[in-house]
Amino acid sequence: MLLLIAFGILSAVALVSGVMVITRRNAVHSVIWLIVALFAVGGIFLLQHAEFLFAVQIILYVGGIMVLFLFVVMLVNLDVALKQAQFSRQWQLGLFTAVLVFAQLGYVIYKLGSGMSLPAQPASPAPAHNTQAIGQALYQTYMLPVEIASLLLLVAMVGAVIMAKRKFE
Amino acid sequence: MIPTEYYILLGSCLFTIGVIGVLTRRNVLVILMSIELILNAVNINLVALSQYFHSVDGQVFAIFVITDAAAEAAVGLGLIIALFRNKETVNADEIDLLKW
Repeated sequence: MLLLIAFGILSAVALVSGVMVITRRNAVHSVIWLIVALFAVGGIFLLQHAEFLFAVQIILYVGGIMVLFLFVVMLVNLDVALKQAQFSRQWQLGLFTAVLVFAQLGYVIYKLGSGMSLPAQPASPAPAHNTQAIGQALYQTYMLPVEIASLLLLVAMVGAVIMAKRKFE
Repeated sequence: MIPTEYYILLGSCLFTIGVIGVLTRRNVLVILMSIELILNAVNINLVALSQYFHSVDGQVFAIFVITDAAAEAAVGLGLIIALFRNKETVNADEIDLLKW
């Protein structure tokens, strides 16, 4: 019961701040609301005993990516943009498409609730130590993907530096 | 114990909010932030199902998604800075150089 209340509060915070992100006029406010949403999602990870992902979410997302976002928003913040229209010309079509996507997802979840259910849970118990289990999976089963991910980060770093450089020479 | 369906429903609601943001906003920065929202919705689903199946694979996958989000944010923000330097705008519908 207590878990359910915590889940309700966290998901309400995540959804409301998600809506705030896409409706605020000032991009700095959007970033702040996105940080709130990310904290709420981190809380939901904690609720599911994914402690390692919670830590990663706070350190990497809130501490890393969002600070990067804030810097860039302040770098390119235009006072002119605040007074212009905030939504693109095809916003009706966009909204319609998004509602269509949600209807599809909602239909599948409704089916999940009635009749067509998830596959049965395995009998084996959940791993007791979350971080240890993730570390073992990352460095044993998923060793090659980890290497590929590190290569991806290197490429992204070089790409970001080259694109943000002042001039090509 | 919270039913897994609740998490999946929350994930799809957050996903839809992100899709609305991507499709309707003009500011490129807000579009990038909406993409982060979408990736978080996916992570909620991955973690919920990994917990349901007593397997850690979904959480490992969520870590890879976060890695990709970091790479995407770095490259995307670099692109936005380059774009702003050349065109003095961050509006998605004024960036139509490739449009015939």
